[in-house]
Amino acid sequence: MTTGTFTPSPGRAPMRAILKSQVRMELVLTARRGEAVVLAMGVPLLVLLGAGLTEATNVPTDDRLGYVVPGVLALTVMSTAFTGQAITTGYERSYGVLKRLGASPLTRPGLLFSKTAAILCLVGIQILALALVGVAVGWRPDFSQVLPAVGVTVLATAAYCGFALLIASLLRPETVTAGATLIYVLMLAAGGIMFAAPDLGTAGYFVLPLAAHAQALRDTLTDGTAVPGSIWLSLTLWAAIALTLAARKFRWE
Amino acid sequence: MTEHTGKQRSGPHPGGSPRSAKYSSGMLENAVEVRDVVVKYGEVTAVDGVSLSVPRGSILALLGNNGAGKTSLLQVCEGFRGPDGGSARVLGLDPIADHDDLMPRLGIMLQSGGVYPWATAGEILQLFASYAANPLDVDMLLDRLGLRKFAKTRFRRLSGGEQQRLSLAVALVGRPELVFLDEPTAGMDVGARQTTWELVDSLRADGVSVLLTTHLLDEAESLADQVVIMDNGTVAATGTPAELTAAAGIDLLQVRAEPGLAIAPLAAQLDAKVTEEGPGEYAIAGTLDTESLAEVLAWFARAGAQVTAVNTRRRTLEDVYLALTAGATR
Repeated sequence: MTTGTFTPSPGRAPMRAILKSQVRMELVLTARRGEAVVLAMGVPLLVLLGAGLTEATNVPTDDRLGYVVPGVLALTVMSTAFTGQAITTGYERSYGVLKRLGASPLTRPGLLFSKTAAILCLVGIQILALALVGVAVGWRPDFSQVLPAVGVTVLATAAYCGFALLIASLLRPETVTAGATLIYVLMLAAGGIMFAAPDLGTAGYFVLPLAAHAQALRDTLTDGTAVPGSIWLSLTLWAAIALTLAARKFRWE
Repeated sequence: MTEHTGKQRSGPHPGGSPRSAKYSSGMLENAVEVRDVVVKYGEVTAVDGVSLSVPRGSILALLGNNGAGKTSLLQVCEGFRGPDGGSARVLGLDPIADHDDLMPRLGIMLQSGGVYPWATAGEILQLFASYAANPLDVDMLLDRLGLRKFAKTRFRRLSGGEQQRLSLAVALVGRPELVFLDEPTAGMDVGARQTTWELVDSLRADGVSVLLTTHLLDEAESLADQVVIMDNGTVAATGTPAELTAAAGIDLLQVRAEPGLAIAPLAAQLDAKVTEEGPGEYAIAGTLDTESLAEVLAWFARAGAQVTAVNTRRRTLEDVYLALTAGATR
């Protein structure tokens, strides 16, 4: 047999190279989808400027930006890790992309890793960009508690990702899109971002992870105080429940 | 591993290759070894005890109608689902347990979908190339499949045939040892089909093993070393295209003479199937050589019939296929 064009020479590229190109693909495709960019940056930016700089909404404090900017950061995490992720995953599942990429040298764990890395990357970029806008218009963050702020953000991201993968596995992509967008709008309105959430006390942190995350970011970044134990507990529980359910119910096709 | 052997034996041509009790792990094993595989979807049995093997470097075509169980069987080989009975070994590995070791060695072309609709053809092929240690040159492959001018076109803007060709390129870019092609030319125009056939031919020439499904008889006939005809989840026949068309009882002699001749004695004399298909249109189906042809004509002469036309027809794979699949659904 002579050596021809297609003479087999199989093998997997180094996993680092595979993951790098996969993460790049995920990011390129996200940037290409207009509605994802609007959800991820446009809406939070509008809320930040609208609620932060005008008296359009009532906030339970005199420091409007100190209340609104951390809330917007929390909202952004939810929009990317939950709404955007659920919609993308739902469609990728229905297009057979998850199934196909799972059956490639990328492997299923590789695909999940790439998705997580892309989400963390996006969340990082968005938080940085919005925080910079916040600072530009007058927000003065306190950096003494920045590590706990990162910690609760990672927990919130994990919880949102878990729920995103869960509903993307259970519902049709059209339903996922409608549902995830609706939840986003509801949370935007009632999640304690633009104006105070219904005062449920500590219980509220366990009902609304967004409110818990927003409050934790206000405590740390605006006030420079520690994250309350109840918020740590709430977000840890949310993350554990979401990831457990996602691991049980996730469907590749 | 040997349950369901009864089903295997009931087929007209049980698998041609000798059955080995144990799978060897050397390089001499078959590329694909499927034994008595059963696939069920709830109450429905899609694959009901199928066995087949694809020798290394050869092309096997699974031929059958939609719903014959071809794709389900392929899914088992690709590790997308486990069999509900029997076993599959691919390149000596278990498609599910050894999934991650197996995948870099396989090229998979799904029947549809499987790629990002918003990515361009070039990006998709480049992505899959980046998974492989020694990928083919992406531009060469795009050229070869006539996709160069679509390199910057998003997948969802491609026509069905163009999407198929890209999926084929994706299956090949990692220089696999074995490729699974599920209906590779579905939706392609004549030109693209020809290109694809030539490409599959060069895969064999270069030593790649191929398992493909098709419902196109000419595709199976022109590409495959071995054809497995599937019907209702079982193997209806196995053989090379030539074997299948030349097998016993597949030549046909048509004779036109007076209607209403008593043909039963002729059938008994020849051990062939004799029917009067229309008034005066006699069809003799069986293993017919020159001698039996003479015998038939002699019989008509003895019967005092006036033979006005004689026609012999060598059966095509299509006849075999139609006869087998029609028989099994009855």
